[in-house]
Amino acid sequence: MKFGILVNEGPFTHQASDTAYQFAKAALEKGHDVPRVFFYYDGVNNANKYSAPQADDRNLVKLWGALAAEKNVDLVVCVAAGMRRGIQNESLAPGFRISGLGQLVEAGMGCDRLMMFGD
Amino acid sequence: MAEFEFETEGVKKTFTFMNRKAPYGTIYALEVLETVLISAAFEQHANIIFVDDGVYQIKAGQDTTAINMKNFSPTYGIIEMEKEDADEDDDIDMVWRIIVEKESLDARGLTEDDFKVSVEVLSAAEIADIVDASDCVISG
Repeated sequence: MKFGILVNEGPFTHQASDTAYQFAKAALEKGHDVPRVFFYYDGVNNANKYSAPQADDRNLVKLWGALAAEKNVDLVVCVAAGMRRGIQNESLAPGFRISGLGQLVEAGMGCDRLMMFGD
Repeated sequence: MAEFEFETEGVKKTFTFMNRKAPYGTIYALEVLETVLISAAFEQHANIIFVDDGVYQIKAGQDTTAINMKNFSPTYGIIEMEKEDADEDDDIDMVWRIIVEKESLDARGLTEDDFKVSVEVLSAAEIADIVDASDCVISG
């Protein structure tokens, strides 16, 4: 099955991005496709390369980036939501790209399921 | 970065936008609204549903001066215009519905006359069926 994923919360205040990451990883390991993950609302903060959690904590920014590199997942950050929150090309972590909300609608149109993770 | 190209030619799906939050206090209402507006360009069917405190998003007569927030409620008029265009133009194969949940209205002492756009008032059970029949649900 082809899953599109929408991440609506940042990496720390809510668990949504963790759950989305675990879901994406598990789906890929089971042989499903996850062509695109779209980051919206505070979810854009998952792409902040300046995020520096303590060493004994998981680092979701890096985990998403590694998953994208390993499994060829398209990580898309909403441009409008990102601008508001200071996520621009200069602050963008490896593996992510910035684009418009149309990329979310397209993921909904092109995937079998659109999974939303948020509050 | 692996930019993916979806095959969307001829795809027609039903998107449900579930608005659950008050218009101010969090950014969810505003950012769902931005998604609804973008989706119009793709000519997909859409249910724009307001439940819980989300019903306040389309209440007429909003004045945000005292909280120093932008009053974005006029933008819901654009949704109503998109819906009317789709209803009236046979060349646009797009059905849009603006729906509020009856239970949420009753709990807040509101009626459909309190809103700045024309709405369908449906029960929670009827809305559940609409969600069930949707391809994509985006909530905020």
